[in-house]
Amino acid sequence: MGLYKRYGSKEKYKEGIRNILLAIILVFIAVITLFPIYYMIVSSFGAPTEAGGASYSLIPRSFTLDSYQFFFSYSAYSFRWILNSLIVAAVVTVSNVIFATLAGYAFAKLRFPGCRIFFFIFLVAMMVPYQVTQVPLYILVVNVLNIQDTYTALIAPSIVTCYNVFLAKQFFTSLPTSILEAAQIEGCSQPMIVLKIVIPLSKTILSVMAIMTFLGQWNNFFWPFLVSNTEKMQTIQVGLKNFSFANTTYFAPMMAGATISALPMFILFFSLQKYFLEGVTVGAVKG
Amino acid sequence: MKKLRKEAKWGYIFILVPMGTFIVFTLYPIISAAVISFQRYKPIGSEWIGLENYIHTFKNNLFYKALKNTVVYSVATVPLSMLISFLISIMIIPFRKRIQSAFKAAYYLPAIASGVALSFVWKWIYDPLPSGLLNSVLRVFGISNQNWLGSKKTAMLSLVIMAVFAGLGQNIIIYIAALLGIDSTFYEAADIDGATFFQKIRYVVWPMVKPTSVFLAITGVINGFQSFQNAYLMTGGGPDNATTMAGLLIFNRAFSYFEYGEACAQALILAAIIAVFAMIQFKVSSNDVEY
Repeated sequence: MGLYKRYGSKEKYKEGIRNILLAIILVFIAVITLFPIYYMIVSSFGAPTEAGGASYSLIPRSFTLDSYQFFFSYSAYSFRWILNSLIVAAVVTVSNVIFATLAGYAFAKLRFPGCRIFFFIFLVAMMVPYQVTQVPLYILVVNVLNIQDTYTALIAPSIVTCYNVFLAKQFFTSLPTSILEAAQIEGCSQPMIVLKIVIPLSKTILSVMAIMTFLGQWNNFFWPFLVSNTEKMQTIQVGLKNFSFANTTYFAPMMAGATISALPMFILFFSLQKYFLEGVTVGAVKG
Repeated sequence: MKKLRKEAKWGYIFILVPMGTFIVFTLYPIISAAVISFQRYKPIGSEWIGLENYIHTFKNNLFYKALKNTVVYSVATVPLSMLISFLISIMIIPFRKRIQSAFKAAYYLPAIASGVALSFVWKWIYDPLPSGLLNSVLRVFGISNQNWLGSKKTAMLSLVIMAVFAGLGQNIIIYIAALLGIDSTFYEAADIDGATFFQKIRYVVWPMVKPTSVFLAITGVINGFQSFQNAYLMTGGGPDNATTMAGLLIFNRAFSYFEYGEACAQALILAAIIAVFAMIQFKVSSNDVEY
């Protein structure tokens, strides 16, 4: 690290002071950025009483899970929302990893007529804002196929995203072609090459892809909001929004709901932090 | 020859599902959007009305207001977030890997929480009553009570602050990766020339992370142009459309007024604006790299 001045062994304490000063600033900013989350969790343990601004408190005054109970008893489908989110996110994640791997490998290592054009079309499609497709997609699902309020409607448009295909292709291109050719000469078929060589060599990138896809789907609000009309088929984000709409004055239960929607991702984040942090840079630095 | 044919066969099989998904859920909707934009949409028997949707859009004052809001929002959010992230990244890098990761995680955590959940918290932070959180904090500094989301003066600012906070973590992680990629010989050369810390930042670090900055600026602005969720959940576009941005405008056209044709026309105009902007940015930044 050459940006900062290096101190000799006699002046080590100066480096210590500098680092402590930097740490104080950083912790101060971190406290501010983490504050909304802290506040959300702390407030969720308050009592579910109708209250205006008077109930603000930065430190927990009471500890009760009543607000969670209030949230879950609001709708008969509260648990179902969580289940729906889990099902949708899990299916989309698995399908994305499988199909993005296959297509990414094909675009990176196989030669077939049209492969460049197809990949180029994928790339261009990635840049089209979703506002363009939202109306026709809505018409397709609701008016033409008539499948609103089904898992198919929630899942199908995200089976495999252009972005994930692009990500897989970028990474697979860097795999040594010689290994793949050797396997081919040994009589290994293409599906076996993917299964036995490509996937084992790409575990990290595929884990990153899985986690980011799961996170994106879990937090996805817009599409489920459009295609789920019945409470039964809503995801947790949509249910949460409707809950807040009906209970604006119930502060603590709203925070309980928000905590419930965020907590699974926090747990995932703290157990798989490395992949999350890598997931942020993977599209940026290499792409 | 036979090997190549086999390879081609597997190639097509492997891209079959992505291609199918793409055709049904991306390509078809894009074409369909173009068609609908020239129609007055009805479930059966849409009417062709030529350029009327486009003309109507360009005559609509709210359209220009939404574009202006979108630009203000992006232009305020992106550089602010980048600058803060850059400074924080610089402060993080002298620490050991473990501490770096801890800070990265702390700053990234808000990006993990769902937008809906965060919008609840921010709504109560921006509570207009004197007992509201932000109001109570600012009173200490002698700043009078503000109706954050309810006043035309502060509504956009409130959304910008929220977006800056949510985006910090991602930018910091990307900047740190770029900073750690700078070869130490550059710093050594600067040291030999007697460069101060701030000169090193100005003449070594800043030019070296420029590609990253360009990337963050482009993706940030593109995302900003498409932003919808915060405005929808926090202000609903109000007060008096002060926070109505392109994404929300199109959403309302389509799903509040059910004017699909006009919504598609507006979406295509937005796509064109984004495309032109992205091309200019790429051009400018590639010119810069050459010099």
